[in-house]
Amino acid sequence: MRNGRLLWVAQAALLVGMFVLWHVLTRTEVLPPFFFGEPLVVLDRIREWFVTGSIYPHLGVTLLETAMAFVIGTAGGLAVGLWLGLSDTAARLLDPYIKAFNAMPRVILAPIFAVWFGLGMASKVLLGVTLVFFIVFFSVFHGVREVNPTVLANARMLGATRSQLLRHVYLPSATAWVFASLHSAVGMAFVGAVIGEYLGSARGVGYLILQAEGVFDINTVFAGVLVLTLFALALDKLVTIAERRLLRWRPSRDGQSSQ
Amino acid sequence: MSALQLDAITCRFTARGGMHVAVENASVVVGEGEFVSLVGPTGCGKSTLLNAAAGLRRPDAGTVRVFGQPLSGRNEHAGYLFQGEALLPWRNARDNVAFGLDLRRTAPDASRAKADDWLKRVGLTGHGDKYPHELSGGMRKRVALAQTLIVGPKILLMDEPFSALDVQTRVLMENELLALWQQDRKSVLFVTHDLEEAIALSDRVVVLGAGPASRPVGEFAIDLPRPRDVAEVRLTPGFLDLHRRIWECLREQVMKAHHDGLKADA
Ligand SMILES: Nc1ncnc2c1ncn2[C@@H]1O[C@H](COP(=O)(O)OP(=O)(O)O)[C@@H](O)[C@H]1O
Ligand SMILES: [Mg+2]
Repeated sequence: MRNGRLLWVAQAALLVGMFVLWHVLTRTEVLPPFFFGEPLVVLDRIREWFVTGSIYPHLGVTLLETAMAFVIGTAGGLAVGLWLGLSDTAARLLDPYIKAFNAMPRVILAPIFAVWFGLGMASKVLLGVTLVFFIVFFSVFHGVREVNPTVLANARMLGATRSQLLRHVYLPSATAWVFASLHSAVGMAFVGAVIGEYLGSARGVGYLILQAEGVFDINTVFAGVLVLTLFALALDKLVTIAERRLLRWRPSRDGQSSQ
Repeated sequence: MSALQLDAITCRFTARGGMHVAVENASVVVGEGEFVSLVGPTGCGKSTLLNAAAGLRRPDAGTVRVFGQPLSGRNEHAGYLFQGEALLPWRNARDNVAFGLDLRRTAPDASRAKADDWLKRVGLTGHGDKYPHELSGGMRKRVALAQTLIVGPKILLMDEPFSALDVQTRVLMENELLALWQQDRKSVLFVTHDLEEAIALSDRVVVLGAGPASRPVGEFAIDLPRPRDVAEVRLTPGFLDLHRRIWECLREQVMKAHHDGLKADA
């Protein structure tokens, strides 16, 4: 416990240290403030956004896009991952296409989605979904194939039908794998939303950053990046909390309990 | 009529390009209420035969009969205690024991009450809320035993169930298994590579020859009186005599398996 607190203090000190370094370097003009911004101005910009409330409509849109991409992408990845994991024929048929889709740098789909679905939220959500889907899909797909064969045989001997195996063995087993991927999935949902906004939109934090960049207001760009980072961290924390609740049955990783 | 009859069973595996015949023309019978052990060197096909009896693996030739009926698909009269970890890690001990009842759509109240009763019978009162990883190896085996027995199988198949346990825990579990078995005399096919365990528990010991293409090479009736204490029975002259006779038969197979293993390694 004491160790944990010490670590936390050290981490906070590191953060403050980096801001101080940033401040000193730009104040003494070792780094030109025009390109590197000034931390005090950046923090003041963030304060102003939240005090006047001008950030909320943008933040709301970005978070909503992120959440939708996250939920739809995860549900889709879980469903398709289970399906292909359980059906050898379908997996072999679709294998090259999945590999191709995954290898493709999907960010380049953003302009296409913008053309298809306009500059509203749908195109951003869809971009996020394509990013999230594959992360969750691959992890569930491999998870299903690595379900402990003894556990499976045991459930079958106890009388489980095919659908009962799915519900009582594959699904709970896959949940553990889903959570392993959800941390990267949250980040990817954010990437989809912000990149989409950055490439063309009238709202959202990505749009704010784009606007500021257009007038070389580097401080506002940094402020936007900081706000996004904080919210990404918060979402990641939510995933961790859900993980702790749903995966109570898993041995903790600190090695206190035996295998 | 016998409870379980393995009749001229052959099982093959395709492994690394070649065909591996694990068991060939193997026949084993378990009478109703009889406790039969299958011993043999590691890799001789004991698990393969047990899986055929469970209906988990379809034999390539031969028939499995359960109470006279040819088996197709899962053996619904059989409970199976596996060698490895077979509990559902995401269910606590009580819910693991109740799993078979959940699959049969028993009402949760009734199934949990019954599960608690079974936890008591295997000496785990008060441990129902713990998850498998919070239990010791011996406790997990007890949960698995209760999970298997709660659905009332008439035949019990066991694959080296206690091989991973330390000696003391093992003797305890063997005695408890005998006590439970004594209550309703299920038909048991018990696989082990430990001859002493086989003799101490069984009515009959079947020795399986070294693989490949193994089949039973000897059969010994164990006429030691019951109820037995597995630790004490090992010291009786009758036990030692049986041990000597069966070991003579088994040793040959173990040596053969050992030599083949060395050849394969070289
Ligand atoms: N799935 C499998 N694929 C290929 N070979 C197998 C498979 N399962 C078992 N075997 C082989 O069949 C033989 C018998 O295996 P097994 O029944 O597990 O032996 P035992 O339980 O007596 O130790 C071994 O030589 C093993 O290598
Ligand atoms: Mg085995």
